[in-house]
Amino acid sequence: MKILVCISNVPDTTTKVKFVDGNTKLDTTGIQWIINPWDELSLTRALELKDDSTTGVKSVTVAHVGLIASEPTIRKALAIGADDAIRVNAEPADAYYVASQLAEVIKKEQFDIIICGIESSDFNGSTVGSMLSELLDYPSVSSVSSLKIENGQIVISREIDGGKEIVNVSTPFVAVVQKGIAKEPRIAAMRGIMMARTKPIKLYELIAAEPLTQVVSFEMPKPRAACKFVDAENPKQLIELLQNEAKVI
Amino acid sequence: MSVLVFTENWDGKFKKLSFELASYASKVAEMLNTNAVALSIGNVDESELKKLGNYGVKKVVSINNDTLKSLDDRAYTSVIAEIAQKEGSKVIILSNNNMGKGLAPRLSVRLKAAIGAGVSQLPLSTNPFTVYKRAFSGNAFAHLELKTDVKIITLAQNSFELIETANGASVENISVNVDASNIKVQVKDVQKQTGKILITDAEIVVSGGRGMKSPDNWGPLVELANLLGAATACSRPVSDEGWRSHEEHTGQTGKIIAPNLYFAIGISGATQHIAGVSSSKYIVAINTDKDAPIFGAAQYGIIGDASKVLPKLVEAVKEVKGK
Repeated sequence: MKILVCISNVPDTTTKVKFVDGNTKLDTTGIQWIINPWDELSLTRALELKDDSTTGVKSVTVAHVGLIASEPTIRKALAIGADDAIRVNAEPADAYYVASQLAEVIKKEQFDIIICGIESSDFNGSTVGSMLSELLDYPSVSSVSSLKIENGQIVISREIDGGKEIVNVSTPFVAVVQKGIAKEPRIAAMRGIMMARTKPIKLYELIAAEPLTQVVSFEMPKPRAACKFVDAENPKQLIELLQNEAKVI
Repeated sequence: MSVLVFTENWDGKFKKLSFELASYASKVAEMLNTNAVALSIGNVDESELKKLGNYGVKKVVSINNDTLKSLDDRAYTSVIAEIAQKEGSKVIILSNNNMGKGLAPRLSVRLKAAIGAGVSQLPLSTNPFTVYKRAFSGNAFAHLELKTDVKIITLAQNSFELIETANGASVENISVNVDASNIKVQVKDVQKQTGKILITDAEIVVSGGRGMKSPDNWGPLVELANLLGAATACSRPVSDEGWRSHEEHTGQTGKIIAPNLYFAIGISGATQHIAGVSSSKYIVAINTDKDAPIFGAAQYGIIGDASKVLPKLVEAVKEVKGK
């Protein structure tokens, strides 16, 4: 069984974002790029499945749509333990564009399980994974918080509002995963970092795909008013403020 | 032409989010000088369906089909796409929740419709069609143009008020053909929380962090939540330690929420936590450290130890509420 994990390259989550060109583009100066947190957890779970000899998982590949500048992020995924990688040499334009590129690669390479993080921490779209499944006409399971392979059968726990469902799905399929899929992301060991240098990154050239959306501009959140402090000995004052000033209780 | 809203029900009763979506869809329909049509899938009786009319929807299309009893994203996408085409829908609105996040992107590809995901207010303009959405985990917002003829919006929960009107809605029961052999996702078990307020639905959320010091100290926090009719939540370290369940984790990689009031108790406010709760209308922070980042996001704060402040807070709520 072959697993593909789609990874996105995003600014470190503690980055204080700034914009340039009339607030139309992210100012990339000094940004440290990382694997999107949900994709990193996806990769961790994929590697756990491969480590378990009863699952029949033979390989874990990562795929990424991005220019050469994003290769350090791909190398990090290889250092963590992915067997090989695919990079589509294209600047991500929007979610539909990215999903279209990935779909073409998957049609050529064939995987049994495709895992995508539920969203990326830059555009917060929550869309690439399910778009990909539709482009491939594969079944998809979204909001996945647990993915197991038991006696050759895929057993997934997905979150529903107010509970969870245990589902079976046949391969090939796309799992769109969220918190809970793995506890802590794996950290690359020195041996992994050394090995990552020799692992293959297959390069695909972009296909024609028209983005469906365009960011017109970005804006920063409006600053919040300074915090109003209440004496710890008199929390009744807080309740009164919430009742009479904020009117939320 | 119409605006189509995909509603969700729980055992035949609409969730509050469906009325929020209906209110939002009706306002978008007004902007486009057209009507809002709601789609309901499931066994929902006519009196319940008509309630959508109270929120501005003019027509409700109801589908009750055994094959659609459980969620298969592909099958649901086919049905929604079919109804959207039949109703000539130019805008399709779903919730940005677990269900909407799975369905909206498939629908986007199926209908070649641009998607604005996690939108929290009415479109900024309809020509060009531009929406305002969260980006960089709430550290910025994007004005996003949806460039296609048909547009899809997923609405962030609790981000739009309920708007009641005196209008009634007509109900049309229709049947659709769903090929059962195409259903590839088989539901084996459903585990629903009962009697618990859902974090994503709640108007007030009371959340605890490492400053609670031990899982044994949650009693007063839960009592406060119960008194306020609130949901309980926690920060990532708390769920990772197993003090509280993963379902309660709020933050960037947990649940992203937008209640009217969020209590952050013993939570210092890491960037990732604030990213998940910053859309709350009001944040109250209780922390021993006066320099904790959470106070930068909060409107109201108490500098103090949660174990000492919480019992007093509980007493204050009881007094004010006359309990």
